[in-house]
Amino acid sequence: MKNVIEAKHLRKIFGDFVAVDDISFEVLPGECFGILGPNGAGKTSTIRMLYGFSPMTGGILKVFGLPMPGCFRAVKARTGVCQQENNLDPDLTVIQNLEVFARYFDIPKAPAREKAENLLKFMALDHRREAKAIELSGGMKRRLVLARALINEPELLILDEPTTGLDPQSRHQVWDRLEALRGKGLSILLTTHYMDEASRLCDRLMIMDHGRVLVQGRPVDLIRKYAGHDIIEIVEPADVLKAHVRTQNLEYEDLGHRLIIYIHESGDRLYHEISDRYCTEGCIMRMATLEDVFLRLTGRELRE
Amino acid sequence: MTQMPSVQISRRFFRVWQRNFSVYRQNWKISFIPPLLEPLFYLLAFGVGLSALVGDIQYKGNEISYVRFIAPALIAINIMYNAFFENTYGSFVRMYYQKTFDAMMATPLSVEEIITGEIIWGATKSVIATAIMMAVISLFGLIRYPQGLLIIPLALLGGIAFGSVGMFITGITTHIELFNLPIFLFITPMFLFSGTFFPIENLPLWAQHLADFLPLTHLVNLTRSLSSGLLEASMLWALGYFLVFCIIFFPLAVHRMHRRLIK
Ligand SMILES: Nc1ncnc2c1ncn2[C@@H]1O[C@H](COP(=O)(O)OP(=O)(O)OP(=O)(O)O)[C@@H](O)[C@H]1O
Ligand SMILES: [Mg+2]
Repeated sequence: MKNVIEAKHLRKIFGDFVAVDDISFEVLPGECFGILGPNGAGKTSTIRMLYGFSPMTGGILKVFGLPMPGCFRAVKARTGVCQQENNLDPDLTVIQNLEVFARYFDIPKAPAREKAENLLKFMALDHRREAKAIELSGGMKRRLVLARALINEPELLILDEPTTGLDPQSRHQVWDRLEALRGKGLSILLTTHYMDEASRLCDRLMIMDHGRVLVQGRPVDLIRKYAGHDIIEIVEPADVLKAHVRTQNLEYEDLGHRLIIYIHESGDRLYHEISDRYCTEGCIMRMATLEDVFLRLTGRELRE
Repeated sequence: MTQMPSVQISRRFFRVWQRNFSVYRQNWKISFIPPLLEPLFYLLAFGVGLSALVGDIQYKGNEISYVRFIAPALIAINIMYNAFFENTYGSFVRMYYQKTFDAMMATPLSVEEIITGEIIWGATKSVIATAIMMAVISLFGLIRYPQGLLIIPLALLGGIAFGSVGMFITGITTHIELFNLPIFLFITPMFLFSGTFFPIENLPLWAQHLADFLPLTHLVNLTRSLSSGLLEASMLWALGYFLVFCIIFFPLAVHRMHRRLIK
């Protein structure tokens, strides 16, 4: 089967600022693909080119096998987009927001109403059906934006930070729904700053920084390759410990007040050695996560 | 090279119009009030208060009452106001604060359709206000029918003209406060000097020539003629003026907004 998205050497330049710098990737049918990266990495800029919001400065892009931006109408008709900002119609009610959006896709009134009702149930918003969008909580607004992105029964769902600002309950609920959608064969492309979200939802992902792709792959593979198996973290490490670690041929990061050791096989032996000999507290061992990969690859300095 | 899809306008612009109409219907009871009361206020103030001082007025060789003179001008002014304000403040709020256009751009709508829908909506508000005002003014017997009915399609044309200018200004305005500038430089002088509250002939000659360039002057002439039941050849000139005005400013507005919205 054809790739849903095929991007080759995509570039986006604003004035003389290169926001997206020669990136290539594919999204396969039915998979959930993630784009991770610090603030300003170029995630939103990339996504906007995918659904024809902004023209590409360079590169080749095909969505559903159709060349973009030439076929923008056909592509948009089959795509659902949840933009980074909640841009609901504040004066309209919850159900009206969906119905008005359905008209943009030329969906007739009766089926639009039916789809809207179903989506409100799916997103657990049916009890707020008649509320004005402006009266909803942040979490409900986000869920409504998500429901709206599904009104045209898209084959591809593009989500720019779908769960930012949601409480844990809402996030889990959104994850459930997205998993259900993926189960039905929907292809999903999402950006997120939450590594647990990416690990849970994404079949594959790429990490971007400064408009370039740093790595691409399955979350587990990336973790194994760039963070190892176990992580030992020591708070306020003693100098003798630092000296010891230096002699041991280990992968580690010395952050001053914190020492992080990446271990590719089991860390049990080293952990016991360190905790017995160098520190009685402030020393933990845990599984390596995507967050370790992310921080290692993109650094720990603040952005923007 | 930046790749852009070519200009695309289809009937889909109607979807944008429909969206604005849906929102309008939420508050229609309030939106109805200004065009209903405004002519009453003006007619009371000018008709009762001022006309005692002014008396009758010379218009095209006839003596007409001051109220009869200004009533059609009130309609013309409202056509200008409704479209201009809708496509400046209204469109700016939708574009900048509510990000309504951004949401639309994730659907099969093109930027050209969004802007076209907005301008036609602004013109529609002119038409709605005109119809309400005409109903009120007709109660005083100040509009002659059936010729007066032509004011309705005229409101659409005038609305597109003033809406296009408004939309163009929205395309180059960075902050909502800055709309004060074109209102002060463009709208207010027209409100006062387009033969609205006194005949243009009372102005010095140079100012009369200047006033001949203003779109409101032509709109006032048209509404005044139609209200008095006149259909004259000179009206074709005024109509032609508006057509040319729209042919220039409508594409200009679309072009400006295209540059503003496509990032
Ligand atoms: N319209 C624009 N004009 C100029 N620069 C822009 C524009 N849009 C984005 N940029 C710049 O491009 C860079 C990438 O922005 P982008 O929004 O793609 O980042 P992001 O990865 O989505 O960040 P975040 O996680 O904060 O949403 C930023 O430095 C931003 O300032
Ligand atoms: Mg972003």
